[in-house]
Amino acid sequence: MNAFSVAAFNSGLTLATPEIFLGLAGCGILLLDLLIGDERRHWTAALSIAALLITAVLAAGVEVSGPVTALGGMFLVDAMSQALKVVALVIVAVVFVYSIEYMRHRGILKGEYFVLGLFATLGILVLISAASLVTVYLGLELLSLCLYAMVAFDRDSGRAAESAIKFFVLGSLASGTLLYGMSIIYGVTGSLELGTIAAAVQGGLATNIGLLFGIAFLIVAIGFKFGAVPFHMWIPDVYEGSPTCVTLFVGSAPKIAAFALAMRLLVDGLGGAHVDWGQMLVVLSVLSMAVGNVVAIAQTNLKRMLGYSTISHVGYILLGILAGTSQGYQSAMFYTITYVIVAAGSFGMILLLSRHGFEADRIEDFKGLNARSPWFAGMMAIFMFSLAGLPPFIGFWAKLGVIQAVLGINAVWLAVVAVLFSVVGAFYYLRVVKMMYFDEPVDAARIDGSPLMRAVLSANALLVLLLGIAPGALLVVCAHALP
Amino acid sequence: MESIYLTIVLAPLVAAILAGIGGRAIGRVGAQSVTILGVATSFALSALVLKRMVFDGAPSFDGSVYTWLVSDGVTMQVGFLIDHLSALMMVVVTFVSLMVHIYTIGYMRDDPGYQRFFSYISLFTFSMLMLVMANNFMQLFFGWEAVGVVSYLLIGFWYTRPTANFASMKAFLVNRVGDFGFVLGIAAVLYYSGSLDYSTVFAHAQAIAAARLQITPTISWSAISFTCICLFIGAMGKSAQMPLHVWLPDSMEGPTPISALIHAATMVTAGIFMVARMSPLFELSNTALSTVLVIGATTAFFMGLLGVVANDIKRVIAYSTLSQLGYMTAALGASAYASAIFHLMTHAFFKALLFLAAGSVIIAMHHEQDMRKMGGLRKYLPITYWTFLIGSLALIGFPGTAGFFSKDALIDAVGRSHLPGAGYATVCLTAGAFVTALYTFRMFFMTFHGEERMDHHTREHLHESPWVVTLPLVLLAIPSAVVGWFTIRPLLFGGFFAGAIQVAPTHDVLGAMASEFHGPGAFLLGAIAGLPVWLAVAGVACAWLFFLKRPQLADAAERRFHGLYRILVAKYGFDWFNENVLAAGARRLGGGLWRFGDQDLIDGVMVDGSARTVGWFSSVLRTVQSGYLYHYAFAMILGLASLLMWLLWRT
Amino acid sequence: MLDQYLPILIFMGLAAVLGLALFTIGWFAGPRRPDAQKLSPYECGFEAFEDARMRFDVRYYLVAIIFVVFDLEIAFFFPWAVSLRETGTFGLLAMLVFALLLVVALVYDYRKGALEWD
Repeated sequence: MNAFSVAAFNSGLTLATPEIFLGLAGCGILLLDLLIGDERRHWTAALSIAALLITAVLAAGVEVSGPVTALGGMFLVDAMSQALKVVALVIVAVVFVYSIEYMRHRGILKGEYFVLGLFATLGILVLISAASLVTVYLGLELLSLCLYAMVAFDRDSGRAAESAIKFFVLGSLASGTLLYGMSIIYGVTGSLELGTIAAAVQGGLATNIGLLFGIAFLIVAIGFKFGAVPFHMWIPDVYEGSPTCVTLFVGSAPKIAAFALAMRLLVDGLGGAHVDWGQMLVVLSVLSMAVGNVVAIAQTNLKRMLGYSTISHVGYILLGILAGTSQGYQSAMFYTITYVIVAAGSFGMILLLSRHGFEADRIEDFKGLNARSPWFAGMMAIFMFSLAGLPPFIGFWAKLGVIQAVLGINAVWLAVVAVLFSVVGAFYYLRVVKMMYFDEPVDAARIDGSPLMRAVLSANALLVLLLGIAPGALLVVCAHALP
Repeated sequence: MESIYLTIVLAPLVAAILAGIGGRAIGRVGAQSVTILGVATSFALSALVLKRMVFDGAPSFDGSVYTWLVSDGVTMQVGFLIDHLSALMMVVVTFVSLMVHIYTIGYMRDDPGYQRFFSYISLFTFSMLMLVMANNFMQLFFGWEAVGVVSYLLIGFWYTRPTANFASMKAFLVNRVGDFGFVLGIAAVLYYSGSLDYSTVFAHAQAIAAARLQITPTISWSAISFTCICLFIGAMGKSAQMPLHVWLPDSMEGPTPISALIHAATMVTAGIFMVARMSPLFELSNTALSTVLVIGATTAFFMGLLGVVANDIKRVIAYSTLSQLGYMTAALGASAYASAIFHLMTHAFFKALLFLAAGSVIIAMHHEQDMRKMGGLRKYLPITYWTFLIGSLALIGFPGTAGFFSKDALIDAVGRSHLPGAGYATVCLTAGAFVTALYTFRMFFMTFHGEERMDHHTREHLHESPWVVTLPLVLLAIPSAVVGWFTIRPLLFGGFFAGAIQVAPTHDVLGAMASEFHGPGAFLLGAIAGLPVWLAVAGVACAWLFFLKRPQLADAAERRFHGLYRILVAKYGFDWFNENVLAAGARRLGGGLWRFGDQDLIDGVMVDGSARTVGWFSSVLRTVQSGYLYHYAFAMILGLASLLMWLLWRT
Repeated sequence: MLDQYLPILIFMGLAAVLGLALFTIGWFAGPRRPDAQKLSPYECGFEAFEDARMRFDVRYYLVAIIFVVFDLEIAFFFPWAVSLRETGTFGLLAMLVFALLLVVALVYDYRKGALEWD
């Protein structure tokens, strides 16, 4: 363990500027929110979005020439952390934009949603930059606790309370297994710092049965955070039970946290034991692709369907990670980022269509959307095509990347499984498209939504298309982040 | 320089987008202004680029602008290769395109699809420039397909006419056949050289030449011949060589400016350009060159014959286009690439001129295209008459016109080739000179001379077209008449294409001609003594005799050679064969496969069967999600336990 | 070795003596007037013996959570106070940041009315 030095600590603080700023901004907005009335809550929203965007600028502006560890070996800044942070911050800002109208219509436009969201985002940032098991846990708990509260945010909804309790209990269970695994690994390697752990694993501990047990516990926690089968049970219930604005939040940025969690623990810390965790992830990945895609077909609720869709996409992300090559990590990162962008847009569409007393969360609520608004039907079609992995949308490149990654390690059968289940998956995405274009509308209400939301949502969809046509830039970012 | 190239390409694209989606916001005037401005910008900059390269000696440019993606080590990017070849093509494309843009204002004045039309032709210009300026096969293919799509859209521009829809479909399908070969060719290039960049591929040309393609253990093909012939099949589709020529005459269903721009002057020459660009590959395969030579010569002669019996004025020009493309292809086969490009350039001018002039006649005749209902138009359309005459003279290679220089040099070059099939090609091309003159002046006399066969109502309204129509005619007539004088020396004998086109020493027919070349004047005098010029004069004379002086002679000949006439009217039966054998056979095969394979096997067993199975699984798995917290927790614990068990069992 | 634990033994002895003493004094000196209410067991306002699955006021949670937060805060303050000489200004600033966060929480609780029972 390095000797603690105050001077080194203070100089390391500049690396954590984004986190510090976001934390202060969260506290400040919390206090400001106390002073204003319900009719001016949109100021809280605007300030939160501004805080996120400033943090994103700060995060992009932190200059490091390579991986730098700071704050007594707890905090790590590298190219991956910077890229993931910026994406997470921007996505959360977009999520906030989508959420305002929805909450206003339901009379739940409260400052707590935004403050909790900010602190959850802070947790994501901390997790992304974790260089020690303690920081990993700190970030994860900060994120999870905020999410539990957000799910229960609509106090009068029984369903929301039910799913919050489920989420909380299962989350605590996962958290417990994570701590258990961490303590085993600490016991075996004698360190909490991921770098030291990695060195110890490389130094001959890779076959230690104690370490392997520890890894199994970690996998449970990672699987839970991602929502991989069989640790996925919370996803459908939480997605369906939460207010849609919270589903949107839970379904987007935390996936980046889950990816960071897996990368930090498994790759940075336990890269030497890739053979073992790789095999465990194979099981999780195949089960997730199978269960996610197959069960999604039977859903009538769009939020629930997207929940199962998440599960299946997690299977594909895991494919990239389990490959254990830098090509695989890059493709998993690419997949995660693109999935988050598309997921934010898909839930955004539900928010756009919903209004007072109408949730628009059944699949048939999208029937005949083309007749009501050809533009937004087109946007939704872009999202669905991308989720299904059709060219020229971004989802195609993401799937192609992970499949190439598993082909790179000669796991042809995995590639075949992945392709087969993506064909199954295409069915339920295209069903939505079919309903939008070929069925009669059951609902004739005008499409509402603030101009800002419509603009951001359109930009979101066009980005999916644009990145699909020219994925080069994002591929370069991922290649740069994980050389 | 890069920004200039980008501007050249993007100006028409931006204009096309603005005109296409601007709708009412920019209106008809806005659409025409923005697209003309875009193409004019491209033309001015292209001319500047050509001037810098030719007169200021600027070096050629080969560089990437944007990397689209990297997959399996193959880099796909957008890049430009600007040398004398592409610079010349850029000027030709943008000049003709600009003329057509201006002409369109008059021709399409009353059309409801006015803005759409401008958007399409600007988009076409963009695609063609992408094709011409590409420095890699990927972008070449993009441009290739993009011009194909725009061509499809424009042939079917009047989409309410069933014939237009049929023609556009036909063009699309026939081009698919060619493109299939083209894609195979590109794949072969990629397979053997590992790259799509021209420079890398050409550097590997010798390696490809050394490779063999093992078909069966005992049969192997030369890889370079296979590659080149595949690429040439693509060129056959795009440049309408037999037997993939059938779409071009039908494409005349599109508006006349399109016939001029796409189906005569530019797009159809893409195949010629492509083969010239690939000269480092083709030079290594005598087999491929012979194939090119024979197919080109065959097309040149036999398609010209069809022009003699056609009655639609645009179809006659279309057959003439086919025939002239055959000339160019034959020149490629004889390794006279420079000669092919030279003829491509002069042809672009005079063929665009002929089409636009024919369009002017068609406007005057209220969209009547049948020459049997024309005649004596000379006094009503003086400007059209004179420009049409210049175009016709250039087409038949009348001494002194642009077409004369390019065509005569071309026939001479093919005559000097020693490749198998060169003798046959020389005969075809030389005889073609007579046929060309015959059908061209048959058309000329039937349209502008003789008795007036139109109805009374049409005659009353006959008058010369507006200036937006005649201005492009005059501007195109000038190069058609004189451009040959100035360009024959540098293009053919001045090493203009050095670096862009490679010719093996044993194939260098133009090099042999260069020693005998003493300036355009001497060339002119020398050629007048040659056979092609006299055949052309004889052709004009025959046309005059048969179709103007004594039309009854033509009818007599038709009766006398009834069998031959029938064959020509049936266009050698290509359409019949395609429709009744290929298409009908494919339909029957498809129908059978559909009923048995698709409906019974795939739909019945595989799709519905597996869909039912998946649906059943789905509903079963769904019940696992019971909603009880302890079930969920139990599943997690079970998952953890199985992971641990697996670890124990494994060790 | 064991003699090091002597102060603890003395401490325990004193505690036992003091506890017993106070109890005894109360037993003998205090007035005793029992009634039904006084004799019933008391536990935060609940019946002591009944089904555990019953509704009770959510405000208990609120108080309990706030209590836990500030209780833990004290647990942090003790070791910090003991080692303040070693950690110096840095330690002071660090603890100020920590305390500030708690102040923010307290202000939030106060403004939201979490500290008012009714």
